[in-house]
Parts: sequence; C-alpha cells; structure tokens
Amino acid sequence: MHDHDAPDSHLPIEADAELTYYEQRVEAIQALLIEKGLLSADDVRRAVEDMDARSPAVGARVIARAWVDPHFKQHLLADAKAAIATLGIDVDTWSTLVAVENTPTIHNVVVCTLCSCYPRSLLGVPPDWYKSLNYRARVVKEPRTVLEEFGLELAPDIEVRVYDSTADMRYLVIPQRPAGSEGLSEEALAALVTRDSMIGVTQAQEPSP
Amino acid sequence: MPGVHDRGGWPDAGLITKAEHELSFWEKRTDALLVLLSGAGRRVIRVDELRRAIESLPPEAYETMGYYERWISAIETLLIEKNVLTKSEIDHKAEQIVEQRKIETGE
Repeated sequence: MHDHDAPDSHLPIEADAELTYYEQRVEAIQALLIEKGLLSADDVRRAVEDMDARSPAVGARVIARAWVDPHFKQHLLADAKAAIATLGIDVDTWSTLVAVENTPTIHNVVVCTLCSCYPRSLLGVPPDWYKSLNYRARVVKEPRTVLEEFGLELAPDIEVRVYDSTADMRYLVIPQRPAGSEGLSEEALAALVTRDSMIGVTQAQEPSP
Repeated sequence: MPGVHDRGGWPDAGLITKAEHELSFWEKRTDALLVLLSGAGRRVIRVDELRRAIESLPPEAYETMGYYERWISAIETLLIEKNVLTKSEIDHKAEQIVEQRKIETGE
C-alpha cells in the first residue's frame, strides 16, 4: 500500500474495493467498542465532524487580531491560551500553548521531533510533511536548508529558532505582518495568514496589489 | 542510541516530500477513536500511552508504516493490554466484516 514507484492510475478507486488490513482493524475495533457500549456510531460521526471543522482559519483569526491589536499581541505572547479565550474560542481542553513572534531579526519554526504534536485546535490536522521522518530529522539540524526547500530564504543575520513540541506544550508562530497590508481589514489580513506561516516554514502571503 | 521515534538529527534524512493527501475515512475514524477513547468521560487510553505503544513498535515497522497505521496498531495493542478487547475478538470481527462485504458486493 506504500507503493511509491507505480501510481495506481490503472486502478479505479471503488467504494467497494477490498478493505486493507488496517481498515479491517479500524472497522472491527469500532464495531466491538460500539457493541460493548463504550461509544456509539454517533460519537464517532461527531468526532469526525469536529475534526473536519477545525482548520487554519481559526489560527489565522488569532494572528490577524495580534497584527491589529498590540495589547492582544502582548497578551498572546504572555499567555496564549488566556488571550485566545478572549476571542470566544474554547480553550478548555488544550494543552499549554506558546506563541512565538517572528521579527525582522528572528525567525521561528516549529517541529515535533518525537511524533506529530501540533496546535490542532488552531490549525486543524498537521500536513503529511510535518509528520514525516525527514522533516522531523532535518529541521532541528539544518533549519535554513529546510526553509529554503520551502521557498523561504533568510538573510544570514536573521536568527532561526526551532521549537520542538511535546504532547503538553505546543507552539504557534506569529508571522510578520506583510508589507503593503496597512489599511486592510482584520478579515482581509486573516486571509493572508497561511497554515505554513503559522508553522514557520513560510512567511504570510503578501496582499495582491 | 536513541529510539526509532526520536528523529531529531537522525542521519541520512532525505528531501521532505511536500505532497499532501486528504485524510481518508478510515484515517479520520482512527483519529476519532483516539479522541473519544482518551477524552473526558472515557479515559480508556491516555495520549502518552498511545505514544508509548507507537514507540514500542519494531523499528522497521515504525519506519515503514503509515501514520495512522501506527495509530490503529497502538490503539489495538492498548485495548488488548487493558482487557477491553481480545485479539481473537478483533480477528473474528474483522473476518466477519470482510465476509459481509463480499456478500454485499456480490463476490
């Protein structure tokens, strides 16, 4: 199932295609847990819906507010969860969150070398590359090279800081507000904040002229 | 020698593949199962237990399995460890599911 050489273009994807080994295990485990009354099919459906509902748009809203409101930004840097709660976002179940700010002299980038810890409530599920063995291995060792591969060239005098997440502490990068974004509404600013810029592998987008 | 999961600085790492895929239904359900089993009210599996089970996979399996393949394997290991389910129960249910699908798809 991890055949990287041959794209399976000749195999139509069918709803009734045979289940893989792992699909069988998920189906079986879920069915048994439901039979035993540990959870219901509705619980699973709702959990999947919750997962689909979380997206980087939530994080982008937080960043846009930080760009327009210096007091909010200070609060965000001092106590991210408390600051985010003031936007009406439910942070009750979150682990510790730390916001780190990119400046003209400091660039921050986030990884989880041990696994895939990520501020999912703010950014949705992590992209495949964030979870990949190569990103986890390399970004702590040669961050500038990795950032270049993401198209981000940093001047040599910019300090790069790499943050390694854990299950108990996750990080959110506050990208620099792009030049030419003066006068934009908070909503228009949020549209410039990409997922990757909040992980720190790219900058926020520049506004279209 | 660090554990196989401890990837920071791991030698000979190659280019980072940036292609992304939308999570498939079984991957989302695996995620949902963990969220539900670890959530308030159930607490059947803790997230650090999941990590321990993932980190205990044989190194070769760890490196070749997909992300959610590691997750569902670890969830299965923990549910068996905690006597919530047995392996034979899961095997039997999986067989039933496969048979049922054969009937439904007319094979």
